[in-house]
Amino acid sequence: MKTETTRELLINMGPQHPATHGVLRLVLEVEGEVIKKCTPYVGYLHRGVEKLSEDLTYVQVLPLTDRLDYLSSMINNVGFCIAVEKLMGIEVPERAKFIRTMMSEMARICSHLIWIATHALDIGAMTVFLYAMRDREYILELFEMVTGARLTVSYPRIGGVRCDVNNEFLDKTYKFMDEFPKKVEEYETLIDRNRVWLKRTKGVGVITAEEAINWGLTGPTLRGSGVYYDVRKFFPYDAYDKVEFDVPVGKNGDIYDRYKCRMLEFRQSAKIIKQCIEKLPEGSILAENAPKIRMPASPLKIDKRDIKFEIYIEDKNIEEFITKFTDVYASVEAPRGELGFYIVCDDSAKPYRMRIRAPSFVHAGALPRLCEGSLIADVIANIGSIDIVLGECDR
Amino acid sequence: MMETLSIIFITTVKTLIYFGILMLHVAYATYAERKIIAHIQLRLGPMVVGYHGILQPIADVVKLIFKEDIVPSNVDRRIFIIAPLISLTAALSTFAVIPVSDSWVISDIHVGILYVLGIAGIGIYGIIFAGWSSNSKYAFLGGLRSAAQMISYEVALAMSLVGVILMAESFNLTEIVKKQAEYPLGMFLFPQIIGYFVFIVAMLAETNRLPFDLPEAETELVAGYFVEYSGIRFALFYLAEYLAMFCMSSLATICFWGGWTIPPFLIKALPILEAIPGIVWFLLKVYFHMFLFFWLRGTLPRYRYDQLMAIGWKVLIPLALLNIIVTSIFKYYS
Amino acid sequence: MDPLEIVKIIKNNFPQEVLWYRCFRDECDITVRKEKIKEILAYLKNNPSLDFDYLIDLTAVDYLGFREPRFDVVYHLMSIKHKHRIRVKAQVKQKECYISSVADLWRTAEWFERECFDMFGIEFVGHPDLRRILMPEDWNGYPLRKDYPVQSDLKEKEWETYRQLKEAAKIWREDEN
Repeated sequence: MKTETTRELLINMGPQHPATHGVLRLVLEVEGEVIKKCTPYVGYLHRGVEKLSEDLTYVQVLPLTDRLDYLSSMINNVGFCIAVEKLMGIEVPERAKFIRTMMSEMARICSHLIWIATHALDIGAMTVFLYAMRDREYILELFEMVTGARLTVSYPRIGGVRCDVNNEFLDKTYKFMDEFPKKVEEYETLIDRNRVWLKRTKGVGVITAEEAINWGLTGPTLRGSGVYYDVRKFFPYDAYDKVEFDVPVGKNGDIYDRYKCRMLEFRQSAKIIKQCIEKLPEGSILAENAPKIRMPASPLKIDKRDIKFEIYIEDKNIEEFITKFTDVYASVEAPRGELGFYIVCDDSAKPYRMRIRAPSFVHAGALPRLCEGSLIADVIANIGSIDIVLGECDR
Repeated sequence: MMETLSIIFITTVKTLIYFGILMLHVAYATYAERKIIAHIQLRLGPMVVGYHGILQPIADVVKLIFKEDIVPSNVDRRIFIIAPLISLTAALSTFAVIPVSDSWVISDIHVGILYVLGIAGIGIYGIIFAGWSSNSKYAFLGGLRSAAQMISYEVALAMSLVGVILMAESFNLTEIVKKQAEYPLGMFLFPQIIGYFVFIVAMLAETNRLPFDLPEAETELVAGYFVEYSGIRFALFYLAEYLAMFCMSSLATICFWGGWTIPPFLIKALPILEAIPGIVWFLLKVYFHMFLFFWLRGTLPRYRYDQLMAIGWKVLIPLALLNIIVTSIFKYYS
Repeated sequence: MDPLEIVKIIKNNFPQEVLWYRCFRDECDITVRKEKIKEILAYLKNNPSLDFDYLIDLTAVDYLGFREPRFDVVYHLMSIKHKHRIRVKAQVKQKECYISSVADLWRTAEWFERECFDMFGIEFVGHPDLRRILMPEDWNGYPLRKDYPVQSDLKEKEWETYRQLKEAAKIWREDEN
């Protein structure tokens, strides 16, 4: 007699799939449409940025950081610059700080626009995609005006920014930011109270605050669960301590709350940009002791006066080691979460080790937690709601 | 003998004319869809081929016909080839009974509604076969989803038409249109508003259109059941889908909007309207429904699979049953 | 809390484990032996006055030729409640290239440890699923180690799977013709 056997259906979603936002690969073990097990595979876009940067001077590393999270390259640049400035002890001029803050927020809006566009497209609302693209295009044009580039800007410099902004740019930006909240409302009319959207997002992909922290989520993904954590408020950098803004926090930790958080962030970003333009001080845009573009390969003079240490073991070489290898960790609030740079310096102009703490990497790791037990369609919604960029995830 | 031959001849000619017009409609429905959605989404849509891209559908058809015919190596070859043909044949056959005006119908059979529903049901086989024979998991899931969706929504679709059948006391589509003229507003839309609502929702699901386009959900299943198809076979599925849309729009027009007739109060207000031939009214009503398809596609996100089934079984079917009961009671007492 | 105070607390609680601490640019790091790293981190996480509930980052640094033990596994911890950060480093020798996993303290460590294993070859004892993550599964060597060849003759060092694929493609192409 023939015995009947059953087996789970294994679905290989990605690395080429329209909704995995790049080259994420998920192996889904499904029973019907319910997901029993979800295993993410990353690394298809691994370019070895960390290894590569060990062989480049600090200035040369800067354009590499553009290629991490290509949707908000400005914030990557700023994050790297802040880490190196912290290491070298460079004090950035006020004007440069405000310009950076303004540009960071514009990049955040840009990135969130892509997010709302693709997230809505994944769930099936195609029109939002093009509405968001329209406004993103305008910001990219503004970027082009100042930096000459649209996506990979490489605009900030270690110790400031590359070139000054002019009044035309400021006027245009201010005007656009005045109108921008209305445009956000436009997207919201399409989806915010849409029954289908609510059904697809409310109560789906729920993660509690404790779990979200335990899984290491950051950014709006964490705040959607009701945890108040924002690098801009906790460890202010650039001019974030001089502008006023709120950090929207969700409650339920589902896809809808994460969506809502980002939608509110649009408005806060516009507010920050307007304040930056109003308060923009005069002055230089580059610190005097900033490294030149053609940075000599060695050695690097680092101010080590504030180093303090205590050794509890008997070893003569250790003291020399401790004073030679200095390290700093600096992080910024990228659109996806906390983007951290951990740099170990060996007194040469090249980083001895550069570690990038990529929020997308962590979020992709948490996907199984969000997806298991839900339906295939929810996987797509979840990928959209954690907003990952594989360039940053794989580095 | 001569009589039979002439009937065959006339039917063939009618079918050919019908076929030609339908194909042109389908081709330009794709064009209209692209243009309408483009304008909803602040785009221009096709602009290159001809004036405002007017020749785009023809270019598309030519391209699809001359494309390499790829049959993947590990598919069930025979079924893979037959599947799109089943879908297309089923979709085309439904038009045999659809009257576009007083005298224009290929076959005026007495169980027109049942025939349309039955033949539309056969179309599902094409989709299931395509999903199964492709030997691909995405296609397989798409096929399964489609089967479940169509079966459950066919119930709602048929039930929503029961009210119309009760009021018209006939299954014949021409009869249904004629009967509507006896009602004060000239169409079943108003007395059968619940039925119409159920019909519209079920129609969207039945033709796999947003917000119910789960079998071919682009972002989930890539393209669903026809993911392995390309070239002319792919085009046949597309053709079948648009034909089904036209079929459903026609059915909605005939059963709820009074087909080719004009509501009497409109004639009273504007007697000149009577000069317009019935077929124009019919087409206008069909185009309105087609526009509804496109409009919804430009506006709504997609439902999830379980939600779709819940709507079908828990909302639409009870509503349709309620409609039948209400209609019967009215019918009994009037 | 001031990072220096946190360092002092750790020193008082685990006097035998701490090797040295260093403060630089308002950040403090503390270097410990690897044997009790999990206890130390669990203490940091569970002590309510420290409350390091958040593992920001876990990585490693290779100090080849500068120091023995060769590797440092670096933990960046943060407390959302108290808004403070600390960096804990555990020394790992090349010969005993393993350290206990903290994946059951912070789930986020799961992927960080996988990456660390992938890049440095440090094994995390007790990790539920220690596989390569960024590099292909059959990759040779650990790329972020300092002795990993950056430049090499491609023919010798070519990735085995890629070479096999190329040969298979060649045979296939010959069959076609």
